Amino acid sequence: MSAVIGVSTRPARPPARSGALGLLRSTGAAGIASAVVIAVATVLAAFGPLLAPYNPDLPSLGLAWIGPSGGHLLGYDFEGRDVLSRLLAGAQSSMVGPLAVVIGAMVLGTLIAVVAAWRQGLTDTVASSGLDILFAFPGILLAVLAAAVFGAGLTAAATALAIAYMPYVARVLRGAALRERGQPYVAALEVQGASGTSICLRHIVPNMLPLIVAQATILFGWAMVDLAAISFLGLGVQPPAPNWGVMISENQPGILQGYPMPSLAAGLCIVGVVIAFNVLGERLFERAQAAHR
Amino acid sequence: MLVASLLIASFVIFGALYLAPGNPITALSGGRALPPASLHVLELRYHLNQPFLAQYWYWLDNALHGNLGISITLQQNVSAVIAARMWTTGGLVLYAALIILVVGIGSGVIAALRPGWADTSVLVSTAITAAVPSFVAAIVLILLFSVKLGWFPALGNGTDLWSNVRHFTLPAIALAVSSLAIVARVTRAAVREEADREHVQTAISRGIPPRQLIRRHVLRNAAIPIATVSGITIASLIAVAAVVETAFSMNGLGAYLVQSAESKDLAVVQGISLVLVTAFVLINALVDVLYAALDPRVALGSRAQ
Repeated sequence: MSAVIGVSTRPARPPARSGALGLLRSTGAAGIASAVVIAVATVLAAFGPLLAPYNPDLPSLGLAWIGPSGGHLLGYDFEGRDVLSRLLAGAQSSMVGPLAVVIGAMVLGTLIAVVAAWRQGLTDTVASSGLDILFAFPGILLAVLAAAVFGAGLTAAATALAIAYMPYVARVLRGAALRERGQPYVAALEVQGASGTSICLRHIVPNMLPLIVAQATILFGWAMVDLAAISFLGLGVQPPAPNWGVMISENQPGILQGYPMPSLAAGLCIVGVVIAFNVLGERLFERAQAAHR
Repeated sequence: MLVASLLIASFVIFGALYLAPGNPITALSGGRALPPASLHVLELRYHLNQPFLAQYWYWLDNALHGNLGISITLQQNVSAVIAARMWTTGGLVLYAALIILVVGIGSGVIAALRPGWADTSVLVSTAITAAVPSFVAAIVLILLFSVKLGWFPALGNGTDLWSNVRHFTLPAIALAVSSLAIVARVTRAAVREEADREHVQTAISRGIPPRQLIRRHVLRNAAIPIATVSGITIASLIAVAAVVETAFSMNGLGAYLVQSAESKDLAVVQGISLVLVTAFVLINALVDVLYAALDPRVALGSRAQ
């Protein structure tokens, strides 16, 4: 995944305009469209359960697998629940899970990267080889192991993924932190007697912020895919709780029986949000890289 | 590094036994009530009356000799369970790897060398497919090619070689889809970067035929980033195979790992995890060896960035 993040498929653009809005505008039409999709998904995650027109958890078996009909735009699922309502209510766990993974992985990864780059020497060597060893665990495998030990659930899965993603974050950010560490202003601050913690927190990390934001955006897409996969496997969010990954697996029999709508609708939600995070993340990454050239 | 990675991974996998709530006996029995005789067997098998490190050593020693313990749900040797399912996962990953290498690198090279509609269509389609998770690809493929068109079977493994190939095709595509897009994009970027280099311009001006030019001067130099991303994505398929096997009801290692995690059959979870992590680490090591072959400047043991 680290290699994916490093890919630059477009020519460098002029330096970023200031402010979040300026930065967003500089990512082009695709970037703005992606940001809109992400904003909509975020609103749904916050207010989805309130927006749901029907009770997303109320089964009525007589209505199972019925297609779209008046008032029920996406029809009913395998237990006769309103699909649209479940999609809206499911946005919450589908978005909050990846958010937790990203925050965990970014905080841990940034901390390790900055400390390793600051102290250098033995600390850096130990941190780097420790990270290399952590690469031995693919995220999904660690999450399955966590589910076997601690029981299935979103918490165990999200914790496992955050740990599995951390080395990817740390590896990319360590390079940026080292580059920042070598800047003359850091030496100047050290001469003035500023403490290492304050230089790192007030200067180095803020200067790495564009890269951190870009990395977090890309990571969100990966976390969303992997967490949905774990929920699809039955080891993440537990049914009957609404969740996009759960909806795909619980409605999978409908694919073979000619009622693909519930599964497909949930799949489309995941793909749409992940495309948005990938495209925006890629653009932000190019901006962050271009600023260093 | 390789050995250290494997040792620590095996330590984590074994240590999981002790991280579980309750004592190791409840973890191993999955909370089931077992007769005292069985408990005694478990205690002896795992040397539970000895210190933790000694237990780990016995477990590792047994694992290295192919003895991974006994499945509580199947009452069978874990090694036998793994041996019976290994070929499904191996075949699936190999099939998907083949698709990724041929289609991914192929479309990336075409996109890089043919600007215009070929390039645009590869770029747009890979931007979309890179975001398609394997299980979404699985349901769409089943819907299109099994239910609507009836070209391929939707579920299961198949019996003879030909039906195996037919049964494995859709799962392999589902497994390959998002990695294929990533490999295609990296290939395109790498080939384009090399094609713009001065030595290629020189070679063009000297009148070297295009085929030879692309093979010897462009692809040879672009091979390292392509090998890196192919290696990383193909290695990661080992874990994602669990999702695809579950979606297509195939009896592979990953699908059984998930079932064992659900039924808390810890010996099986440990055994399969150990095999999968080992395969993952070995493929990554193989890619490192490949670097040295592709680029004589890279010394073995140092990672190419």
